[in-house]
Formats: sequence, structure tokens, C-alpha cells
Amino acid sequence: MHTSKPSERERLVVVGNGMAGARTVEEILQRDPDRYAITMFGEEPHGNYNRIMLSNVLAGVEDEAGIFLNDLQWYADNGITLHAGCKVDKIDRKHKLVHADDGTQTPYDKLIIATGSTAFVPPITGVHRPGRGYHQGVFAFRTLDDTRNMIRYARDHERAVVIGGGLLGLEAARGLQQHVSHVTLIHAMGHLMNTQLDEPAGKTLQASVEKLGIEVICDGLTTEILGKHAVTGVKLKNGRVIDCDVVVLAAGIRANTELATTSGLSVEQGVVVDDQMRVAGETDIYAVGECAQHRGVTYGLVAPLWDQARVLADHITGRNLDAAYHGSQVATKLKVAGVDVAAMGLKEPELDTDETVTFAEPRRGVYQSLIIRDDRLVGATLVGDVRKVAFLMQAFDRGLPLPEERAGLLFDLGGPPAEVSAAEMADDAQVCNCNGVCKGDIVEAVQCGVKSVSGVMDKTRAGKGCGSCKGLVQQIVEWAAGGEVEEDPAASWYVPGVPMPKPELMEAIRTHGLKSVSSVFALLAPGGEEDAKSKMGLASLLKMMWGAEYDDERDARFINDRVHANIQRDGTFSVVPQMKGGVTTPAQLKRIAEVAEKHDVPMVKLTGGQRIDLLGVPKENLPQIWADLDMPSGWAYGKSFRTVKTCVGSDFCRFGVGDSTALGIAIEERYQGLEGPGKMKLAVTGCPRNCAEAYVKDLGVVAIEGGKWEIYVGGAAGAHVRKGDLLATVDSADEVLTLTGRFLQYYRENANWLERTYAFVPRIGIDVVRAIVVDDAEGIADRLDAAVAEHVATYRDPWQERSTPVTPGQFRSSLPLTVLPQVPVREPVAAAQEGRA
Amino acid sequence: MTTQSLAEYRLGPVDEIPVGEARAYAVGGEMVAVFRLRDGGLRAVSAVCPHAGGPLADGLADQRVVVCPLHQHAFDLRTGCSTTGAPPITVYPVRVDDDNTIIISGGLP
Ligand SMILES: Cc1cc2nc3c(=O)[nH]c(=O)nc-3n(C[C@H](O)[C@H](O)[C@H](O)COP(=O)(O)OP(=O)(O)OC[C@H]3O[C@@H](n4cnc5c(N)ncnc54)[C@H](O)[C@@H]3O)c2cc1C
Ligand code: SF4
Ligand code: SF4
Ligand code: FES
Repeated sequence: MHTSKPSERERLVVVGNGMAGARTVEEILQRDPDRYAITMFGEEPHGNYNRIMLSNVLAGVEDEAGIFLNDLQWYADNGITLHAGCKVDKIDRKHKLVHADDGTQTPYDKLIIATGSTAFVPPITGVHRPGRGYHQGVFAFRTLDDTRNMIRYARDHERAVVIGGGLLGLEAARGLQQHVSHVTLIHAMGHLMNTQLDEPAGKTLQASVEKLGIEVICDGLTTEILGKHAVTGVKLKNGRVIDCDVVVLAAGIRANTELATTSGLSVEQGVVVDDQMRVAGETDIYAVGECAQHRGVTYGLVAPLWDQARVLADHITGRNLDAAYHGSQVATKLKVAGVDVAAMGLKEPELDTDETVTFAEPRRGVYQSLIIRDDRLVGATLVGDVRKVAFLMQAFDRGLPLPEERAGLLFDLGGPPAEVSAAEMADDAQVCNCNGVCKGDIVEAVQCGVKSVSGVMDKTRAGKGCGSCKGLVQQIVEWAAGGEVEEDPAASWYVPGVPMPKPELMEAIRTHGLKSVSSVFALLAPGGEEDAKSKMGLASLLKMMWGAEYDDERDARFINDRVHANIQRDGTFSVVPQMKGGVTTPAQLKRIAEVAEKHDVPMVKLTGGQRIDLLGVPKENLPQIWADLDMPSGWAYGKSFRTVKTCVGSDFCRFGVGDSTALGIAIEERYQGLEGPGKMKLAVTGCPRNCAEAYVKDLGVVAIEGGKWEIYVGGAAGAHVRKGDLLATVDSADEVLTLTGRFLQYYRENANWLERTYAFVPRIGIDVVRAIVVDDAEGIADRLDAAVAEHVATYRDPWQERSTPVTPGQFRSSLPLTVLPQVPVREPVAAAQEGRA
Repeated sequence: MTTQSLAEYRLGPVDEIPVGEARAYAVGGEMVAVFRLRDGGLRAVSAVCPHAGGPLADGLADQRVVVCPLHQHAFDLRTGCSTTGAPPITVYPVRVDDDNTIIISGGLP
């Protein structure tokens, strides 16, 4: 181990801050953190992110923030100098310097090139506009910025064409469906993913993709992009024109060798390297990743990069000077546009003696084919059903002898379980293909004392790519920990900044009499440090615990709760007057209409909770709009009691058996504004026909024959859909009111922050909830009733703050983005003084 | 950090900003969010979230970061770097003069 001072260390420069470059550096640091003074260059202006996940970002299932592998802090923590947003344009081999486009010259002792690939642009007329780069509306799919631009543009357009029917094109097509109404995929070859799949597999995949609503054209050669100022369509070689306003190029990649070529290195299809990843003919320059060509092969998937990174790190740190890379078997397991696909080895038989085993079930979109030579598996293609892939990959990697009865390779014939069990797997069997993590790595992490699944995932990154291996990771952790798997401690904390589960936290708050969020941080957070992400949860908890005694610090509230309206995507707010039980009057409607007109409200909308939403109100206009409305707040913004939806019930409906409207109004009147760990949406319906959708509410009430009411809890019909569980059947509206309050209070006291009832009720178990709330098994019913009654007594309409703001500038605009600026403009001091003089 | 221009701007009395919160100011042609931290410190950063234009002055803050109210990207108030992978924001030197007026300087057009 070197323990040299940073200034005396050898200098390692890495060009390319993508998946291979950053991974290599991580491997180096793991082996010998003090060996090199490291400098990294990345042309993209970001830290290091997981490129694979761009498909998920495009599809809107993953946040940009969630795909970063190493944030800027990581570079700082490891003493790495990062030049982000900076391109290296020449390597001066003679003086051992790299020249970058920010004018810097950085000396190196060792240099690693990891410049990845660039999108291949087929020769299509009209792709580029002179002097402007791509034609407006034409995008490549390679970087985070490409993805951002594509989303931004596609959002305002209708029809997209994706050129290229490989992995990338399929992912792009699937993702674009989130943003445009029509997507066509054009592939120049006869079937989709033709490099990995045989024809029947490609056709099966096509059928599954078409079922998702993507139009597929195979054998389609795009020759021209139409449209002068903006794209209007594409033209195929056979003359067919497809109308569209967005075009995405996903026709393949080319190793990015520009820098290596300019600098006089050996380049063919990629930068030519030997088994130590050293550039041919060089002593101190290496290349890894998609830009490297090893034994004539360049790779376009991540798994081989991890193998390369390990070898290079072993070599360059002197850990194992014999480490050698011998190429990677490319076995892919992917979810392509939502369809499971796995491919390894040959895709078609080569010799007459090669045996093929095929199974197809087109209706289910399943196709499986194996190629066997001399009793060994030499190729496999699976579409739609990849349950046997773990075993097949092992058989393929290791050349295991295969069972006599070949069907056993694809089906469970009452024999061994579908997946290889964790115990059976070989140590070097790869579990996570996205991040190149083997079973052995996971076992090692557990043996080093990480005993929670999430902890192992953080440490090894297993399961953090496409996620298809998460189940297996869990099994291995469980097996390796011998049944001693721990829950991630932070997962049980109520908020991230205070390391305590809710009951302990409440206990501590009570013992010390902590009535403000800042006092909780000061006493209970590590180092007394505030944490912005914990403030809201603590504010809600303290309000619930202390009621009127709570010391309400406004900076602990989310903006919605500071101004009592819902912030919208453009920084304006939406205003929702109360409309108990969804009942309104002509006078109220008139007033709302007049106010909307007076304030030029851009949109007036009925909400899903039976109220009227005035959208697009600037913050500074809120007090006036409330004054003009002069109605109470409908609480459309908080983590709080929201509405009670009702049907017309026995008043008018010919089926109604209970007065749902009156009961709904009574409930809303009583519990309005109650804060909680999540929002609470309720409903009352006048008969089991359920017109107010009470079965899918946090608490829903249904009138049944004989004057009785059923109460359901834990339902949801938002991002999650769940039918509520029957809590109780009661005889009177009064009992409904009591049990409603008691259940809500129990939920407020015991749910985790942001845990909605649909998660809370199943977690506790409806039987337990019922025993406590209905049968008073713990003898706390009176206390719960009293606690909720206290809230009712202290209720105050938040919109009263309109006349006396609580903080200076409570309603001052924060966002004069579009029409600059609406807040007072300050002049430079000199000018201001003149003005005063 | 760049400080090409040393122009100073007087924004107003510091007690215009409630403790722990921020307010937005138009300074020259830029929108600047000034945070008054709980320990009394001041921070000034560009008021517009680089992610999708969110109003950072409406965000929740602590001694270290502000969290954008729209999609929860977080930014270090001292360096402007995002801790969640968004592009960085600009930070401006800020102080209070003897009559408790907020003064911001440098780098503004
Ligand atoms: C949308 C998408 C989905 C994918 N899905 C999968 C998948 O499911 N499974 C899979 O195995 N693979 C997938 N891949 C492929 C995988 O992302 C790549 O194999 C991998 O990223 C290659 O890593 P790399 O480090 O070699 O190149 P990159 O990750 O491309 O990194 C190269 C970096 O070098 C920088 N650079 C280039 N030139 C210079 C220069 N002169 N100076 C400074 N910096 C420079 C670039 O800006 C870039 O950030 C996918 C790729 C994309 C685009
Ligand atoms: S739920 Fe029953 S009572 Fe209510 S409107 Fe529907 S049919 Fe009528
Ligand atoms: S319903 Fe949900 S997803 Fe749709 S606009 Fe409203 S908040 Fe957004
Ligand atoms: S606009 Fe700030 S996080 Fe999205």
C-alpha cells in the first residue's frame, strides 16, 4: 500500500467520465486508494450516471436524480479532480500531457481513454441542417442531455418515428409513448434485434411490441427526412412517406475514437488494446469500454466493460500484474420495451450436427430456442419467458453437460425449481448484468457485515440497473446471511435526518417537551444538524402531537402549507374553495365564476374530489382571490384531510338507502384540515352501487339496507389501486363519525411519514386495526377520541391569513420567470444613491 | 466562482426575510434567491432551478442545501453544486452592512 502524500503520487488521467471510466476508477480506489493522484475529464457537464437508465428516464419511470452513480461529492471525497463539461482534444504523447478545450494542459504518468461511443448517423438526406447540427426535431439517444431535449420537444408534438429496431430503438419507442400519441419504429433489417435474435424470436418480439401500440415497419430503409423548418415526415426507399414531427436516431453506435486518432494512437474499429487493456504500442496509455477494440471485438453492452475495468485496475495498481482480459461471452438479459429478452452465444445453428430445441407459444408472446453442440449449450434465445435463464447462462458459461431430456432445460418437469437456488449458484455466476456483480461479490458484502438487502445493493450496486435481478439478489443475501437479514435501519426512520423510528421519536419529543422543528433537530439529529428533507414530516408530527401548543416555525413548512395553495409546474398556484360533500349553491357558483373572471384565472376545473379548482394563480394574488371568494379553504394541497366525496343518496336517488350527502358533509365539517402523514380522501355512498367510489378511499362509507353503514379503510384509486378493507358495520351516522375520527387519529399516530392508508392498513393488518379502533382492545379508544376532538376544537381556516400575513413577504412572488420581473427591481448602489440624493 | 464585475446591489433590510426562509429579488437582469439561515448566515443563489425552472426561493432549506419545491432536486447553498445530479446553480457573495441591509456583489450583468 502506498501511503505517499498526494503531491508525490503518480498522476493518473482518465478521459471519459462514463460508465467504464468511472467504474475503472472505482475499482482502482478499491484496490489502492492512495496510489494515484487522479484527474478525470468528462465532456458531459454531469457527474457519473447510469446510461442504461436513460430508457427509464425517457419513459418517465425514473427520475434523473435516481440514475446518478457518483455525484460530485464522490469525486471530492476521493480527491479526484473532475473537469466536467470539458473535452480533451489532444494527447501529447511526447510530453505526456493532455490538452483540453478549457485551455488546460494536464500532465500524466498513466492515461486511460474511456470515451465510449457516439450515435451512428445513417446517410439520410436532411438529417443535418447546415450550421445547426441536427434538423429541428431530430434526436440521437445517447446522453442525458439528448434525453432531456427529446422529452422537452416530444411533449409538445404528436407523432414520432424511431429509426433502428435494435435494443436502443425499442427502448426509445417505448419511452416516447409516454410523450406522444403515435410511435412508428422503422428497422432496415428483416426482423427486430437482428444481431441478437433469430427470425422467429424477432417476430415474436415484434408482435409483443405491436400489442403495446407501437407500429413496426421492418425492411424499411429511411432515405430522407422531410420538412423545411421542422420535421414533417420521413421517406422510405420504396417511396412510402410516414408523417411525423419527431425523429429519433437509434441506428447503432460507433466507437468514439476521434481523440485517439488525432493523437496518433492505433485505431481500427476502436482503439486497439492488448490483454491488459494497454493501447497497442504504448507503455502508459490504456483504453476501456466501448471505445476499446480487443482481439478484433468492440462491445456495446456494459457487462464486458466491468470485466475490462477489473483487469485494468488489477494491472495498473500492481495488484495482479498477470491479470489478463480474454474477451467476454456476451450473454444478455434485458427487458426491452417491457418484454423480457435473453440471448447468449449463437443465434442460429452453424454445423449440420448442431441440435436445436425450440418452443413457441405465439399467443403469449413466448419463443425459446436452444442450440446444442456435443451436449453443451452453445446458444440460447428467449423471448417473453426467461425464467430458466439463470440456469441456461451457467450451462452456457461453464459448458455444463446437459440433461438427456432437453425439455427439462426449458420447463420444470416436476423436477428441480425453476430458478437455480442461491445455494447452487457458482460464486462467479453473474447476478446483476447491468452492473456486473457476481454472486461472490454479494456474499462478500454480507460477510463484511452488510446484512440488509438495501445495504448490499448500495455497496455492490447489484439490482441498481434495470432491476430484473432484484429478487435473486434478495435470495442470495438471505442465503448468505443465514436467515439473519436485517432491515435497513434508515428504512425504519420516520424522517431521514433523525435516526429514530416513529414511536421512539415521539417518545423523545414528549420526554423533552420539544415543540418546534428546530428544537427536534438541535436535540435529536446527529450533530444537531437541520435537514431540509425532514422538516415537513417533523412539522406534521409535532402539529399532531401538540395541537395548539405546537410552535409553528414557518420555514419547516412546504411552500403549499406556507401559502395554503398547491404549487403548479410553472410556479403559480391553484386555489380550491371548500365544497363540503361536493354540494354547492347557485350563489357560490356565481361568486366563483365572478372571481375567476375578475382574476383572469387561466383554467377552471372540476377536481376528482368534487370541487372547483382555480388553476394558474400567481402567489401574490392569493390573498386577494381568497378575499374575493370569502369562502373557507378546501385543503387541496396539504398532507391532510382533503374531501369527502358523496353520491346523491336517499335524498334523490331511487336506489339510495342512506343519506350519504348529509353524512359526507357532517364528516367533512368535523375533520376538515386534519394533518396527517399522507393525504386523506374520503367518500360516502348511499347504497352498494358505490357511485361515490367509497370502496377505494382512505376511508369510505357505504349505506346498506336496514339503516346500517359499512366503513371501509385503506382503499386507494391513485397511483395504487386497492379496495379498502371492511372495518365495521354500524347502525348510525353518529357511530360513523366517531369511528372515522378514531381511525384517522390512529393512522396519524402510527403511520410512517408519507405512508398512505393503503400501505398502512395492510402493514398493521385489518384485524389489528379493527381490534384497536372498533373493539378497543388496547383501551386507547377514549384517548384517540379526545385527541381528535382537540384538533376539531382548534381548527382555524388557514385562508384567514390573507388579511394578516404571518411572515414578511409571505405572498411575495418567487418566480417572475416568464415576464421578468414582478418584484421591485434594485439598481446598483451608485445609481440608487444618485436617486436618493 | 467568477467575480468579473464588482458592482454591489443593496437589496433591502435583512428582516424582510423570515428566519429559515428565502425571498427572491430581481438584481440587474437576474433573479436571486437570498436565504436567511437559522444560524443567522445569509446565502444568495440564482433563484431559478436549472432542472425545470422551479422557484428555489419557495424551497425548503437547511444550513447546507435548498430543495426545489417542484421535483426535489437539492443544491448546496455554498457551492451551487447539486447533490442530486442537476446542473449547478450560481452563487453570489452576500453580506449585511451596518444598517442591516443585504448587499450582494459580483458576477452580475
Ligand atoms: C439509452 C441506452 C440504453 C442502454 N441500455 C443498455 C442495457 O440495458 N444493457 C447494457 O448492457 N447496455 C446498455 N446500453 C449501453 C451502455 O450504456 C454502454 O455500453 C456503456 O455506457 C459504455 O460505457 P463507456 O464508459 O464505454 O461509454 P460512455 O458511458 O458513453 O462514456 C463515455 C464518456 O466519455 C465522454 N467523452 C468522450 N470523448 C471525450 C473527450 N474527448 N474528452 C472528455 N470526455 C469525453 C463522453 O462524454 C461520455 O460521457 C445502453 C445505452 C444507451 C444509450
Ligand atoms: S350509490 Fe346508490 S344511492 Fe348513491 S347515487 Fe349510486 S345508486 Fe344512488
Ligand atoms: S392527477 Fe396526479 S399525476 Fe395527474 S396531474 Fe394531478 S397530480 Fe399530476
Ligand atoms: S424544477 Fe427544480 S427540481 Fe424540477
